[in-house]
Amino acid sequence: MSKKVRIPTPLRKLTNNEELVEVNAATVGEAIIELQTRFPGIQERLVDEKGEVRRFVNVYVNEEDIRFLKNKQTPLKDGDEISIIPAIAGG
Amino acid sequence: MKALKCRECGREYPLTATHVCEFDFGPLEVAYDYDRIKKSMTRAAIQSRPKSMWRYRELLPVAKDPTVGLQAGFTPLIKADRLAKKLGIRELWIKNDAVNYPTLSFKDRVVSVALSRSRELGFDTVACASTGNLANSVAAQAASAGLKSYVFIPSDLEQGKILNSLVYGAHVIGIKGHYDEVNRLCAEIAGKFGWAFVNVNMRPYYAEGSKSMAYEIAEQFGWRIPRHTVVPMASGSLLTKIQKGYQEFIKLGLAAESKYAVHGAQATGCSPISVAQKAGLDFFKPVKPNTIAKSLAIGTPADGFYALRVMRDTGAAADDVTDDEIRDAIKLLAETEGIFAETAGGVTVGVARKLIASGKIPRDDSAVLCITGNGLKTLDAVDGYVGKPREIKPSLREFEALLASEQKINA
Repeated sequence: MSKKVRIPTPLRKLTNNEELVEVNAATVGEAIIELQTRFPGIQERLVDEKGEVRRFVNVYVNEEDIRFLKNKQTPLKDGDEISIIPAIAGG
Repeated sequence: MKALKCRECGREYPLTATHVCEFDFGPLEVAYDYDRIKKSMTRAAIQSRPKSMWRYRELLPVAKDPTVGLQAGFTPLIKADRLAKKLGIRELWIKNDAVNYPTLSFKDRVVSVALSRSRELGFDTVACASTGNLANSVAAQAASAGLKSYVFIPSDLEQGKILNSLVYGAHVIGIKGHYDEVNRLCAEIAGKFGWAFVNVNMRPYYAEGSKSMAYEIAEQFGWRIPRHTVVPMASGSLLTKIQKGYQEFIKLGLAAESKYAVHGAQATGCSPISVAQKAGLDFFKPVKPNTIAKSLAIGTPADGFYALRVMRDTGAAADDVTDDEIRDAIKLLAETEGIFAETAGGVTVGVARKLIASGKIPRDDSAVLCITGNGLKTLDAVDGYVGKPREIKPSLREFEALLASEQKINA
């Protein structure tokens, strides 16, 4: 088994409309790099010049915000699902 | 409306149902042609129009005449002398959206805009992620417009807010989780079903509706911008839009340029923005909410960065209050002004009290407090804290005895 990344609508142009992408990375940070090798351009959408996850991008591992985990160092195990979701307004 | 524009990088997008910049995920915002608006939008023109939020139509993002929520807005601005005395400030005003139409919260403003625009774009189903008030307004206004609606809420919401959505025939989905989790799910759903999600893909239009609260305050205040405004913060969107509204009025010459501050109020049990503001940071750390102010319980506030910037730029402060302070403030507002606000109103009044006490709002100044929702929807929060009626038999003697014992206690 591997890990799955759920690609949000605004980024699907880069993934040929693929919604669910499999990766082998061991951390969230490595997963972003792995995505970049397969879908060039996706990394700069997700992280800023300093390499930090952009402030309007929320990344979740199995429904938990990585800011409550170890940010980009958050480890991944087989079967994990990563979601990338733009911040949305209040209600 | 000219275009949608990314608040981060300035890239422009067509005026469709889309909310995020493809390049940096920055939120999209509606851009206007202010030179053109200036020609038609004069004080006299506004005053000749119906008393609703739509009297400021040129500054609201619809292409044609609005079709939903025509009566929303233009809620009372009340001079609150008795509360002013209690809080120790020279002059205090309450902008009372607890009596907004049709569902008794400021969300009637944003939903009127979002659904009018959704219809223009040809949607037949509308939806939202909500902490309660938004769900109520979407459910009610969708019903009156003949649109289908799906509202997604945390399943532990106040009973009043749940029933207030169900009664309109909306599809109400309770999510086992807090609002941020509802939000995350809705972001995933929104891309899939081709619905108008008012605070996801319709967000650029929706959020602009909040500005009407600022226009009304300025007009009702005598075409002036109040020196201090206190606004509750959940995602931080309302605070940023109040400031945008003030700025637009100044830009259009409808109000004179003057110094003003827009202060932010949160509940201590969910205070990522106020904690960051007090620490002098320009970013916030997400939290897991735990507060009776459920309508403000957003741990990952989408507009938190912008709210912090507005407070910094206007020289404003933020603070937060505990659940007990929230209940006290709800009672204080009710007992002094006869206004029953929901928990978010308790947050606003409680924080105003703190900011006045600490001198961040000087005692010789004037302030407007934004009350955004109605206490009848959060009865659970005050149940057990406001006393109980005393029961007697229908007998004059029993009543006289009760009165006598009461006078003894008070003596």
